[in-house]
Amino acid sequence: MGRITLDKVSKSFGAVEVIPPLDLTIEDGEFVVFVGPSGCGKSTLLRLIAGLEDVSGGQIRVDGQDATTVPPAKRGLAMVFQSYALYPHMSVRKNIAFPLRMAGLDAAEQERRVTEAAKVLNLSDYLDRRPGQLSGGQRQRVAIGRAIVREPAAFLFDEPLSNLDAALRVGMRLEISELHERLKTTMIYVTHDQVEAMTMADKIVVLHAGRIEQVGSPLELYRTPKNLFVAGFIGSPKMNFLTGPEADRHGAHTIGIRPEHIKVSNDESCIWRGTVGVSEHLGSDTFFHIHMEGQDTPLTVRAGGDVELYHGDAICMTPDEAHIHRFDANGLRTD
Amino acid sequence: MARAVTPQRKAINTTLAWAVGLLIFFPILWTILTSFKTEAQAINDPPLFLFFDWTLENYSVVQERSDYMRFLWNSVIIAVGSTILGVLIAVPAAWSMAFVPSRRTKDILLWMLSTKMLPAVGVLYPIYLLFIKLGLLDSRVGLVVVLMLINLPIIVWMLYTYFKEIPGEILEAARMDGAGLREEILYVLTPMAVPGIASTMLLNVILAWNEAFWTLNLTAAKAAPLTAFIASYSSPEGLFYAKLSAASTMAIAPILILGWFSQKQLVRGLTFGAVK
Repeated sequence: MGRITLDKVSKSFGAVEVIPPLDLTIEDGEFVVFVGPSGCGKSTLLRLIAGLEDVSGGQIRVDGQDATTVPPAKRGLAMVFQSYALYPHMSVRKNIAFPLRMAGLDAAEQERRVTEAAKVLNLSDYLDRRPGQLSGGQRQRVAIGRAIVREPAAFLFDEPLSNLDAALRVGMRLEISELHERLKTTMIYVTHDQVEAMTMADKIVVLHAGRIEQVGSPLELYRTPKNLFVAGFIGSPKMNFLTGPEADRHGAHTIGIRPEHIKVSNDESCIWRGTVGVSEHLGSDTFFHIHMEGQDTPLTVRAGGDVELYHGDAICMTPDEAHIHRFDANGLRTD
Repeated sequence: MARAVTPQRKAINTTLAWAVGLLIFFPILWTILTSFKTEAQAINDPPLFLFFDWTLENYSVVQERSDYMRFLWNSVIIAVGSTILGVLIAVPAAWSMAFVPSRRTKDILLWMLSTKMLPAVGVLYPIYLLFIKLGLLDSRVGLVVVLMLINLPIIVWMLYTYFKEIPGEILEAARMDGAGLREEILYVLTPMAVPGIASTMLLNVILAWNEAFWTLNLTAAKAAPLTAFIASYSSPEGLFYAKLSAASTMAIAPILILGWFSQKQLVRGLTFGAVK
């Protein structure tokens, strides 16, 4: 079981309040991703749950039990760090067995669990190596192994893939998702990468300046962002925002439209006109950055890979009216 | 950035390094050579380098006249004792400074180092008087304490630098893995810091072994270490270069051998943290 409840949890460092009181419930077995720009307090929030930082106020409950002042080791949570944080002087086997040794399990049981975890994580051939002799991906798997042998109530991941290169990151992302499918244990995952958040999460918590901006499933956040921040943060490339007459026409202060919801064409029967600035041809897709009169920032438009338009071409755009997001002067969604 | 090293350049560098090395080592070499000469040969003009009648006489005379083993034993106790005591005090200190620093930690470290800038003779009288009052004059306990205090700032600094290099996340990982403070120190931190602690101890043993100001001023006979043993051959009885050299060689031999075998460790210890 691993249901974690935060009740008016807050954190200040001296006079600086990094997390104003917030409430959040993480259901048992859920994969929750905390996402936000750097400095938004997502890692601090994770460390509060882990017990590595003391809360300044509020209560943390794990499976209904007050864990606010319980030391990290006694909370039944396992953590995977960005830097892997392996014990460099111990072999892989001893690294994975360390939490079991601390729990006082007998040697046979330790060995059984280490072997099992190593099999799951493809580490069986490396058990006698030191962390220094492993690649980044293998080190990360050892760190995960050290977490799973404990059979914790929940896993906490603190930007675990940031130190890996792009290709490895995609692979590990899948492995972690598969691990969650298999173990069905609660996982809390911190990242600044919204792609990781979108692809892995059951539930995303978008944080900004220590506040929760929105909580929801990836598609909920994508389809109905509650405010300008979430609208701009979730989705890649970013949502386009327009103000002025175009927004007024839709009865809003700001309207937002995603790159994939704008159609480009050469005909004259369109609503928006502009000239192509940069075009990025990815093969499968093409992204156009289009300068529109009356707008300071260029619009990003996503088109098929076969659309060939180049710098300086005049272009015609038709937004999909059903996918226009409307925001008021405070940046809040109006519909 | 790699710079091209031509063979000529390499040869010049090697020669220079050897020249500097020999220059530094020469006084020690000369002392050792002199210890094997007769008194007359020792003051011969021009000086004799290798071609003289090698003799062990000086060593037997020195051994006859003074009990080398007693001095040696005092040196060992004082050097090792002050080192162990110093490390016992410095480990927790450096620990808390590295992992739970306060706003004043940096100031405290600098203040500790600043005490090393005070000329030792400036506190000779207060310490001498204290030693008389406490009955510590000419006692090994007294010297162990004084030398420990003299070198403590360096020990704390070195250990602090070492501990700083240990990533805090590893300790946090240990905490998450269920380790209490005791297990964290025993199974994670200490094994990781062993090289640092070892080279700190090594350096401190050498510093304490060679310390002459306090050992000469605070001892007479009972607790006198090898520094006093050398000094006893220096002045009043006239010029006995060969015997003085023999005494010096006997005094520095143990630490020279220790340094020789542990030079790798020492260099690593002294440059640790300087380059990444």
